[in-house]
Amino acid sequence: MQWETVIGLEVHTQLTTQSKIFSGASTAFGAEPNRQACGVDIALPGVLPVLNKGAVERAIRFGLAIGARLNRVNVFARKNYFYPDLPKGYQISQFELPIVEGGTLTIQVGDQEKTVRITRAHLEEDAGKSLHEDFHGMTGIDLNRAGTPLLEIVSEPDMRSAKEAVAYAKALHTLVTWIGTCDGNMQEGSFRVDANVSVRPKGQQEFGTRREIKNLNSFRFLEQAIDYEVRWQIAQIEDGHKIQQATVLFDADTGETRMMRTKEDAHDYRYFPDPDLLPVKLEEDWIEQVKAAMPELPQAKQARYTGEFGLSAYDAATLTASRAMADYFEAVAAALAKADAKLAANWVMGELSAALNKAELDIAMSPIPAERLARLLGRIQDGTLSGKLARQVFDIMWTEGGEPDVIIEAKGLRQMSDNGEIERIIDEVLAANPKSVEEFRAGKEKAFNALVGQVMKATKGKANPAQVNELLRARLAG
Amino acid sequence: MSLSPDDVKRIAHLARIRVTDAEAEHTRGQLNGIFDLIAAMQAVDTAGVAPMAHARDVFQRLRADVVTEPDRRDAYQAAAPQTEAGLYLVPKVIE
Amino acid sequence: MSQQTIKNLADLLASGKTSSVELCQDYLARIGARNPELNAFITVDPDKTLAEARAADAARAAGSAGPLTGVPVAHKDIFCAEGWLTTCGSRMLHNFVSPYDAHVISQFKAAGMPTLGKTNMDEFAMGSSNETSHFGAVKNPWDVARVPGGSSGGSAACVAAGLAPAATGTDTGGSIRQPAALTGITGLKPTYGVVSRYGMIAFASSLDQAGPMARTAEDCALLLNVMAGFDERDSTSLERENEDYARDLAKPLNGLRIGLPKEFFGAGLTGDTAQAVQAAINEFRKLGATTVEVSLPNSGLSVAAYYVIAPAEASSNLSRFDGVRYGYRTKDYTDLTDMYEKTRAEGFGAEVKRRILIGTYVLSHGYYDAYYIQAQKLRRLIAQDFAKAYEQCDVILGPTAPTTAFKLGEKADDPVQMYLSDIYTIAVNLAGLPGISMPCGFDAQGLPIGLQLIGDYFAEARMLNVAHQYQLATDWHQRTPGGY
Repeated sequence: MQWETVIGLEVHTQLTTQSKIFSGASTAFGAEPNRQACGVDIALPGVLPVLNKGAVERAIRFGLAIGARLNRVNVFARKNYFYPDLPKGYQISQFELPIVEGGTLTIQVGDQEKTVRITRAHLEEDAGKSLHEDFHGMTGIDLNRAGTPLLEIVSEPDMRSAKEAVAYAKALHTLVTWIGTCDGNMQEGSFRVDANVSVRPKGQQEFGTRREIKNLNSFRFLEQAIDYEVRWQIAQIEDGHKIQQATVLFDADTGETRMMRTKEDAHDYRYFPDPDLLPVKLEEDWIEQVKAAMPELPQAKQARYTGEFGLSAYDAATLTASRAMADYFEAVAAALAKADAKLAANWVMGELSAALNKAELDIAMSPIPAERLARLLGRIQDGTLSGKLARQVFDIMWTEGGEPDVIIEAKGLRQMSDNGEIERIIDEVLAANPKSVEEFRAGKEKAFNALVGQVMKATKGKANPAQVNELLRARLAG
Repeated sequence: MSLSPDDVKRIAHLARIRVTDAEAEHTRGQLNGIFDLIAAMQAVDTAGVAPMAHARDVFQRLRADVVTEPDRRDAYQAAAPQTEAGLYLVPKVIE
Repeated sequence: MSQQTIKNLADLLASGKTSSVELCQDYLARIGARNPELNAFITVDPDKTLAEARAADAARAAGSAGPLTGVPVAHKDIFCAEGWLTTCGSRMLHNFVSPYDAHVISQFKAAGMPTLGKTNMDEFAMGSSNETSHFGAVKNPWDVARVPGGSSGGSAACVAAGLAPAATGTDTGGSIRQPAALTGITGLKPTYGVVSRYGMIAFASSLDQAGPMARTAEDCALLLNVMAGFDERDSTSLERENEDYARDLAKPLNGLRIGLPKEFFGAGLTGDTAQAVQAAINEFRKLGATTVEVSLPNSGLSVAAYYVIAPAEASSNLSRFDGVRYGYRTKDYTDLTDMYEKTRAEGFGAEVKRRILIGTYVLSHGYYDAYYIQAQKLRRLIAQDFAKAYEQCDVILGPTAPTTAFKLGEKADDPVQMYLSDIYTIAVNLAGLPGISMPCGFDAQGLPIGLQLIGDYFAEARMLNVAHQYQLATDWHQRTPGGY
């Protein structure tokens, strides 16, 4: 039988606020245990939550970015369950009226474009962490993370393969880091993916029973976990078993998924509106302010790059892989003496990206600032450097640092452009290679190329090849 | 409506309260009395009435995104049943 | 010095006739002598009280005293007070020394008013008799075989017995007004959101409201001036200009329109209570008020709606008591679930557990709409009834409680009968309105009878004016239990 995979993702993105969603404790990563857990975070008797405006603002930003409906009135609810990393015995989340509903994200799978529908995105608080190292057979609870603001982004079950799921997760990662709502740091848990996976016979309308793979913190694990889960589910069904709805964990060491043993009450969270928190109202002028402050989004940029700059769709997509990349590219293009986006694009995607990849550096950490790269490219534009010379200067800029003009001077890498100087060298070369001259005159074009090569060699590559061509031809004709 | 002893035990487990069989039976009687009292409200036609979750129909005030809370771990953990290395200790959690 | 009003004590302090230290020593001595028979206090800490009294006297000497500086008060043990044992009447918090101050406590500290002690209460404020306290029942000073009402029973009893000039209370379904009625004192439950709930251990968050309990309406006004005010730490605290709740006390009652809900004067109201309330109505007419019959048609369902909403919120609010971060933890357990279940079974008393179970049930899958949502819809209908009534009147009047103080143990095993003690007070909490109870007579056994006034939103100053004028014309509030 042919099987079809159906995947929907729930992604928990940690928001980039300074303080927690309902308290004034810091969200900074890496503090000593429980030193960033205030009375509200540890749920002392009598304490109360007060909502962080910064968290709401980021949710608005995300809603605008995916073209979603922003619920002008949205409500916080309590999700009740007992767990030691959940100090109140309930998580404050949004249930019936989330802040964001609808919207879409376009993904690229191979050369296919696909639109994934987003069901909703809601604000909620994160839980603390359980540490299972041995404390006399007990578990240690660190509540520093408790109360950290999350935007949980829930997709429709629109993906049909692990590859599509990864493409969606990556596109979402790009978007949330692009608009600055999440730092995207997957190691620190800022971007965590739950995958709802089911299979059904190809052509069947209704969905199969799904299992939820929790807490995948890398794109590679996401792909591995889904691939394993799909194979497992198909094998189960083909062996005559039914899939039971379940929550599973992915074990990266074995590459397998396994049932979670806790959260047995998952089916009865007893959601109800949090009586400590009033409905949240989004005023139109606030939404307008947030909209006005939004950065240009990847898709809009791509359209502009292909339209205004005349770049290929592929180049436009590559340059908008991250906001830092696009910012860098635009800074180079803007600083060029003579507008030439294609030249800027070629260098950012070519020399610079290669060097960054080799050094495993993010473009934001590039040792060559955009304006300096633009000055180098300016020297190509004004004929000071050939492309080859420019690459030499770039290598020195990368390894030793420094301004291109200083390097050009110090290393004598200036392209030779003085006609007299080149003519003098041509005369020397012609005198030293009478045989080639003979052959050329006999009609052998190949001999001409050999002579050009000799001249370039004699100039140590600094002559402009086009200029050499022209002068040499004139001299031989004379 | 009438609760069974199993209903009581199920609810008690959801609420993480241990009840013995005898307690479940005693509690069941009391809860059924209370639910009889509550049942009176089922007769009221509330179609079209918006549920009222709060005493006043006002909206949430928002807090500026500023860190205001200092570290008070030692004071807070003075009240804790069991801590070590700054962590609250609980019986082993198996995920 | 006992049975003095806050007002008198403030005058004595201002005139230099006494000091805060003297006052506190006097009250502490009375507490030491009389509390053993009443059990009104859970914690008394004379060193702390006297340190605060000395600071108050120093502030007065330095010329920085406020109007009530040096006047001591007792606080219901539901308010977190830094360095004080704060139990909420529960074994669950039998060892919890609060690391912070509730907003209400901070307000009293800022006013220079020393804490006399933490008063006994029904466990987690769940009860109408003060018998559910882990620390034992409170006795009514009018008859120590009877209950003082609840849940603020310790606060009511200590004021009635003159062990404190005033005390704080909280009111979720009548927990200030009903014990005030049963002990012959005056107690005010403000409009929801007027007093911050920060640091007040939550029972039912959308209903809980703190308020003053004192000998007179005038004292309640002075105390509310201290307690009220916007607090950014409570999202439900209302952003309003501070007001002087005593500003209208002296106004005559000419033209006051008093609404008498026919549902409050039906078959349930009989005997001495009915007569006393009727006499009060006549007194108000003498003071220039007119009366009008109003109707609160859904008020009969308020108990039902309340016993869905309050337990639902409580079941969730009390989940934090899990033996992990503070408070009681069971001694022997095999695993995490065992630890949770034993801790909560042993840490909570029967009534609290009962309400947690009710609340868990009504929120659980399949019952939410039929119970919780239906109760919230009724809540709106109840609030709308009041809004309609206030088109015809300025203040609503009725009894506070259907009976006077009942015997200890009389209703302890019958939760439904106990719940019906709050039949006249609960609707006020559901609507979020202010209500006040004050004494209006005595029954044949010499037990005080309470009169309730219910105001429109933010009508506290007007209600206090009405109550004060009544207290100028009557002396029920000046009666004290024999021996105290």
